[in-house]
Amino acid sequence: MNSQVVLTALGQVSGTVFWMLVGFLLIEVSIWAVGNKVLKNKNTLVAMLVTPAFVGLGLLLVFPLLYEVVLAFSNMNLYHFRNPEFSLLNGLENFKRVFTKPVLQTTTFFPVLLRTFLWTSQVLIHASVGMLLAMLLNRPNLKFKNIYRAILILPWAMPQVISALTWRSEFNFEYGFPNILLNKIGLPGIQWKADALWNFIAMVLTNVWLGIPFMMVISLGGLQSISDEFYEAADMDGASGWTKFQKITLPLMKPVLAPSVMLGIIWTFNNFNIPYFINEMKLESSEILVTALFRAAFNFSQYGFSAAFALIIFALLFSMTLIYVKWTGALKGVTD
Amino acid sequence: MKKLGHQDPLWVKIIIHTLLITACLVTIYPILRIMTISLRPGDRLMSTSLALIPPDATFSNYTAALFEKDFFLWLWNSLVITLATAVIGLTLASTSAYAISRWKFPGRNAMLIFLLGTQMIPAAMLMVPLYLLAAKFGLINTYRGLVIAYSVSAVPFSIWILKGYYDSIPTTLEEAAMIDGASRMYTFWRIILPLTTPALAIAFLFNFMNSWNEFMLARIMLPKSGMFTWPLGLQSLQGQFTTQWGVYAASSIMISIPVVALFLYSSKWLVNGLTAGSVKG
Repeated sequence: MNSQVVLTALGQVSGTVFWMLVGFLLIEVSIWAVGNKVLKNKNTLVAMLVTPAFVGLGLLLVFPLLYEVVLAFSNMNLYHFRNPEFSLLNGLENFKRVFTKPVLQTTTFFPVLLRTFLWTSQVLIHASVGMLLAMLLNRPNLKFKNIYRAILILPWAMPQVISALTWRSEFNFEYGFPNILLNKIGLPGIQWKADALWNFIAMVLTNVWLGIPFMMVISLGGLQSISDEFYEAADMDGASGWTKFQKITLPLMKPVLAPSVMLGIIWTFNNFNIPYFINEMKLESSEILVTALFRAAFNFSQYGFSAAFALIIFALLFSMTLIYVKWTGALKGVTD
Repeated sequence: MKKLGHQDPLWVKIIIHTLLITACLVTIYPILRIMTISLRPGDRLMSTSLALIPPDATFSNYTAALFEKDFFLWLWNSLVITLATAVIGLTLASTSAYAISRWKFPGRNAMLIFLLGTQMIPAAMLMVPLYLLAAKFGLINTYRGLVIAYSVSAVPFSIWILKGYYDSIPTTLEEAAMIDGASRMYTFWRIILPLTTPALAIAFLFNFMNSWNEFMLARIMLPKSGMFTWPLGLQSLQGQFTTQWGVYAASSIMISIPVVALFLYSSKWLVNGLTAGSVKG
């Protein structure tokens, strides 16, 4: 750390920001000129407001995505990095390889897929425990509510890389606390890092710990916005607690829960940090799709193949979400 | 008022508090463990003790992290990259969210669906093309590359949050201003933006956190240790697990505390932003 570093950083970053702003300004002026002066369109202002963000998204999300499609039809790998060949045959070969040959060294596509589904299903635990905690916190006149809430939200507030690296060291056979606890009650320690099944369980444990706060906080927000009148009316009719939960709480919470669970599913399916870090020994038997994809690309330099692999993962997630949206109507409130 | 007087019977209270205290213990114990490790003297890093404050607690790991490692360099790298991207991201998101909230124009629904669709792109999927593009344009090992790559990554979600907020502001405010002769942009700048300050703060925070905590792309784009952001730096400490555990723990704590404090302080608004408009009680 010296003044040279500081100056380089400031120079580069301010230069980048400056040129990006100039670019956006140019876009704005040209839209304004064309829309307002030439076409006299009433939506010019809208276009001016929306375009920069969508140009950015187009360049940095959509373009790389399309580039990925092109790459899927190439034989790019370590040996063909500078001179990849693009052909339909290469593409077919890549897509076929995903399903027929190992995606890493030994593991094949379908076991990884199954494991990813299993991994994603933990969102159910996040949502139900989160909801339960939220309901406890939402009891009227609860003492120390703010303290509880602040503590319970901590895993979400912590930087994920730190949580992941820390949990990883806690799964140490000798010095991690889960094993120390097990030893204290007379049980043998668990091979969290070397055993495939336990490694996967370690990943899930960590991610459940991380995932509950989001669902808890969202549920709490939802619960607080349900008017007391519903419960008072139900009390007068003599409804039991369970009936109230079923007939009032759940239906009114659905508009909050359905989209949050959807986000939870997408985020968990795509979660990289936890599975990547907890699987310290790079056991192929506990990879999920996104980590397998990362290793196929960057440890084994199979760029063309991993592009095809990535497209298949994306298609899978996309269709899963679509089915979920149709099934729950999670997006009803979005387009109003 | 029934609501004010309503109390749970004592046994219910006991059950609730027991459950909550148990949940809190499970939540906080792993976090306290990092603190313990950071306080242990260098020769006792490996210990099977479960005590939270070691008898011979010392701050030597903290001083080691601060003065023997590149702690400040990592923080500085993260800070410049993150601030630049958060400013760009917020500018882009606030204007387009406003347009999406206020006008019904052709293609609006398609835009909203597109924004949601972007959430489904696995980050790992963009790594290969981004890496190849960055290599082509000479952006590897530069701050520039990461600033560009991060700048729009939080935009879809920020638009989402901000749109919800703008929706909750009555349009009569703008109409009144426009009758007085104010232009649309003037109204946006002088009336709407000040009203949405809390939402803007949340979106800023979200943009900030997004780049601040990012690991995967940074790992690929910044192979040189002099360019490391803090997640890369911390990981490099943990790479040599046995020797650097204490320094790692101390650094983690110093990085987490401001982030966690900021998060706790703003979490109330964050929740409002996430659930705004979804529940009509």
